[in-house]
Amino acid sequence: MSEEQIKNLEKQFDERIARDEKIEPKDWMPEKYRKTHIRQMSQHAHSEIVGMLPEGNWITRAPSLRRKVALLAKVQDEAGHGLYLYSATETLGVSRDELYEQLHTGKAKYSSIFNYPTVTWADMGAIGWLVDGAAIINQVPLCNTSYGPYARAMIRVCKEESFHQRQGYEIMIKLANGTPEQKEMAQDALNRWWWPSLMMLGPTDDVSVHTEQSMKWKLKRKSNDDLRQQFIDQTVPQADLIGLTIPDPDLKWNDERGSYDFGDIDWDEFWQVVKGHGPCNKERMKARVGAWEEGEWVRDAAMAHAEKKKERNQKQAV
Amino acid sequence: MKNENLYNYLLGIADNSLVLGQRMGELCGHGPSLETDIACTNISLDLFGQVRSYFQYAAKIAGDNRTEDDIAMLRKEREYKNVLLVEQPNTNFAYTIGRQFLFDVYHLAFLAELQKSTDLTLSAIANKCIKEVSYHERFSSDWVKRLGDGTKESNQKMQDAINDLWTYTDELFHQTDADKAMVAEGIGVDVTILKENYYKQVNNLLEEATLEVPESKWFQKGGKEGIHTEHLGYLLSDLQYMQRTYPNMEW
Repeated sequence: MSEEQIKNLEKQFDERIARDEKIEPKDWMPEKYRKTHIRQMSQHAHSEIVGMLPEGNWITRAPSLRRKVALLAKVQDEAGHGLYLYSATETLGVSRDELYEQLHTGKAKYSSIFNYPTVTWADMGAIGWLVDGAAIINQVPLCNTSYGPYARAMIRVCKEESFHQRQGYEIMIKLANGTPEQKEMAQDALNRWWWPSLMMLGPTDDVSVHTEQSMKWKLKRKSNDDLRQQFIDQTVPQADLIGLTIPDPDLKWNDERGSYDFGDIDWDEFWQVVKGHGPCNKERMKARVGAWEEGEWVRDAAMAHAEKKKERNQKQAV
Repeated sequence: MKNENLYNYLLGIADNSLVLGQRMGELCGHGPSLETDIACTNISLDLFGQVRSYFQYAAKIAGDNRTEDDIAMLRKEREYKNVLLVEQPNTNFAYTIGRQFLFDVYHLAFLAELQKSTDLTLSAIANKCIKEVSYHERFSSDWVKRLGDGTKESNQKMQDAINDLWTYTDELFHQTDADKAMVAEGIGVDVTILKENYYKQVNNLLEEATLEVPESKWFQKGGKEGIHTEHLGYLLSDLQYMQRTYPNMEW
């Protein structure tokens, strides 16, 4: 294809996106678009899968049968999101095994928040309320993103995430209205998860790469700082309502802006965790790689059985 | 307690689902593939749903302000009535599947009979559970076949698991006093009549999976009387951790 032709195709492609048309797997797309989507969508899928671990950590110890069932269902939803997102990513011409390989070798990233430990039951509440809350803010705009399979996946994912967020907040309400010990547990969880949740919305706009191109492709509709502000403005009244204190002495309502001002985020901590040196980076990868390696003989057996079955069926047909 | 036999009978049924659900829940996030991970979590979820139905009913019968959670999480080791089979650990995926299969075949036949119970609550619970359990049985049977027929390695692993778990199968058909009393009243299931068909079904599937049917006639029992393997204590310390550490609180 000549350069001229490619330019032409790119122009048509950009116009389609500008008209809010969806790009589908068989449509022509610039290579950069494909690669960027593979990166972002697989990162999202990996986050769902790694995100099962910190919550899975409390399944056997959930305090009541009702909570245990809800937690199991929630973690199962996450596995389902992972499956859904891997499949959507595969439409861009990459296999799930290749994507796993990228995760296991550290080439692909997942959301850093899952590198923090879940040390008490209240963390199940805090994760639902704050982490899923921040995830929703990130993800709702993606329901209108330009790549069809991703947009459709996000519609379903967001519905379930918003249910998880309410479920998490409900755990926090119960703890905050419980005994002093329970309330302390809730406050402690908020103290530990607040700042990492703010970091989840990504680096500040002045250092964030990819943003401009992503905006054009509707992979991103608002800047990180705007999303963060939205998250804070939405969450602070929820904390107030249940009598918990946001661990930020600089947090103050700003009448003029109609938003909360907030203190400095420790970006050194953020980069430390992103670069692989958070409290649980090693454990999370060990768990994922371990499950994959220990499962190899099982997957091999399933393949071998399927082959044999096919052969037997063919013989029978003859 | 007015209806102690029924109460104990319910615990006997529910504890199997409770302990097996707990075991399957341990695997969440660690399965050999995303699909099997989801399936194992799903089985766990089904089993805990069943547990809730049984224990809510048991709490009603006990009539002493105990809740489903008190019954599930605040008994001592010797008061758990599950069979030894379901408490066996997730040594590897073959053990997980073998345990599930050997229990599912029994569980499905048991629920089919329980549906006929003269106790309408029990029969309604059985009616709801049987749909889930027939899926579990299909899942575990398929995997026994896959692993048995798959590769040399998987065949060996599946055979080892079946050989080790076999010793716990006979207990499924052992009757306690509460069982006998409930059978006499037309409420409970006479598990002894399920035995022949169970082994026939299991043996057929093992053969189909190119596995050998263990010849050993040495069996273990005791779970139904609360005498467990050493594995159960650790499982209970996880299960009971929150209720023991923070007593009398709502969650």
